[in-house]
Amino acid sequence: MALDKTDVAKIAHLARLAVDDDALDHYASELSSILDLVAQMNAADTSGVEPMAHPLHMAQRLRPDRVTESNQREHFQQIAPATEGGLYLVPKVIE
Amino acid sequence: MQWETVIGLEIHTQLATESKIFSGAATAFGAEPNTQACAVDLGLPGVLPVLNQGAVQRAVRFGRAIGAEIAPRSVFARKNYFYPDLPKGYQISQFELPVVGRGQVEIVLDDGRVKVIGVTRAHLEEDAGKSLHEDFPGSGGGMTGIDLNRAGTPLLEIVSEPDMRSPEEAVAYARKIHQLVRWIGISDGNMQEGSFRVDANISLRPKGQQAFGTRAEIKNINSFRFLQKALEFEIERQTDILEDGGTVVQETRLYDASKDETRSMRSKEEANDYRYFPDPDLLPLELDDAFIDDATHDLPELPDAMRHRFAAQYGLSDYDASLLTASLAMAHYFEAVVDRCGDAKLAANWINGALAAALNKDDRDIAGSQVSAAQLAGLIARIQDDTISGKIAKQVFDAMWAEGADADTVIEARGLKQITDSGAIEAMIDGIIAANPGQLAQYRAGKEKLFGFFVGQVMKQSQGKANPQQVNAILKAKLAGE
Repeated sequence: MALDKTDVAKIAHLARLAVDDDALDHYASELSSILDLVAQMNAADTSGVEPMAHPLHMAQRLRPDRVTESNQREHFQQIAPATEGGLYLVPKVIE
Repeated sequence: MQWETVIGLEIHTQLATESKIFSGAATAFGAEPNTQACAVDLGLPGVLPVLNQGAVQRAVRFGRAIGAEIAPRSVFARKNYFYPDLPKGYQISQFELPVVGRGQVEIVLDDGRVKVIGVTRAHLEEDAGKSLHEDFPGSGGGMTGIDLNRAGTPLLEIVSEPDMRSPEEAVAYARKIHQLVRWIGISDGNMQEGSFRVDANISLRPKGQQAFGTRAEIKNINSFRFLQKALEFEIERQTDILEDGGTVVQETRLYDASKDETRSMRSKEEANDYRYFPDPDLLPLELDDAFIDDATHDLPELPDAMRHRFAAQYGLSDYDASLLTASLAMAHYFEAVVDRCGDAKLAANWINGALAAALNKDDRDIAGSQVSAAQLAGLIARIQDDTISGKIAKQVFDAMWAEGADADTVIEARGLKQITDSGAIEAMIDGIIAANPGQLAQYRAGKEKLFGFFVGQVMKQSQGKANPQQVNAILKAKLAGE
């Protein structure tokens, strides 16, 4: 399967990656060869094989429903670029 | 062209756990911003989610309550999108293998019709934080505030089949799910606090056509009234488009209550490309029979079963029975009244009539009733033993509601006891007949309608307290000259 420049631009946008226009062709070709590898794996007969959700053959352990965390807001907010009234501030989101 | 409406709902209900779905932070509503957001909720590097058993148990209870298959194995997936109130850049949800499979609920419509609505699935996921779009002067403006207290709160997303054909059915279904999650104690269902949020998918198709039309999705509706209004608006909007030969665009719309209209959300570009994949931080969730039994062994009798039982056992209509099973507290109230007074129909009439009206007027639910089940049974007992008539009983009820007093206290204090002494009633009637010779003559001449006039006079003089059956019998005899 071959990706073209438009596909790469779209994927980059979804991943919020800034990719230069002149690099798009390069990425298109590299990503396409990854997809070729996937296509090769896809060609294997997997009928009767249960899809793998996790490489470990174990089940999820559950934790009891108890509050174990205390308020560490001041601590966490030391690394935030901007806070006010206990809120994290981020550039305005347009609804 | 006749159009048929097709509606399916996705309901997000917050599960009433103490701690979050993947962290040990508290979930209490209304805390100071970000005081209940720990390193896991903030998506800091190096943290791992650990699944909350309480959230899983609640999901299992719901599955059992709708007769669904509980998946012996389900998988958590990452739903990827970028938004500041989702710090990890993905929401942990379930995609291909949800914990609750296909089930169903019954809805009862206002005309008494019962309809089965399919539930496609229900899956566990985490809630996002909250964005506050107000001015933050300290920042120089142009900023959005983020509170991550809600991030990681457990949600059960309940997805219906496209089985509803009108806004009324959609509202009845949403109310049903709301009733059920509170009934089985998995969510407080508080809509003001956002514990119960509805997304509606709605499309139109020519009547008789099998294939669905193009749908619009209306997001984040937080009241049943708005759900009704948003759907009504959307039916009109889509009808206009289709009648004009246009096509409905598949999009997400928001309901604006202040304008009573839906409008297109400035489509978050490519927002629907969520690139789900299994979350490598979480192992598959495997549930055995022991876990399921433990989570469900104390489920109360379910609302549909109880409604059927009320109808059969007490001879009530489906509609009456559905009102009485609106909540577990209401059903318990009804049964407590019946246990004491032994007359289910009378109990149902009083609860669905005077009591419901009083609750509605004061905007209370049954837990906040001014008249307890024992008190209402006490009132009904006074009707049954002829101490008061049904009409006076309404007056007594109003006083009980206002004062929180027992029926006997009200009857005593206001002298409302029914007059059943036939001698007293006879004396009263003799006096009235004597005072109205003209009417008596006309009555005896064949104007029988005047019977009502005499009854009215007796009731007036007795202030409504004379026993109506006795009044009728004695009056009839006296007027006939017997």
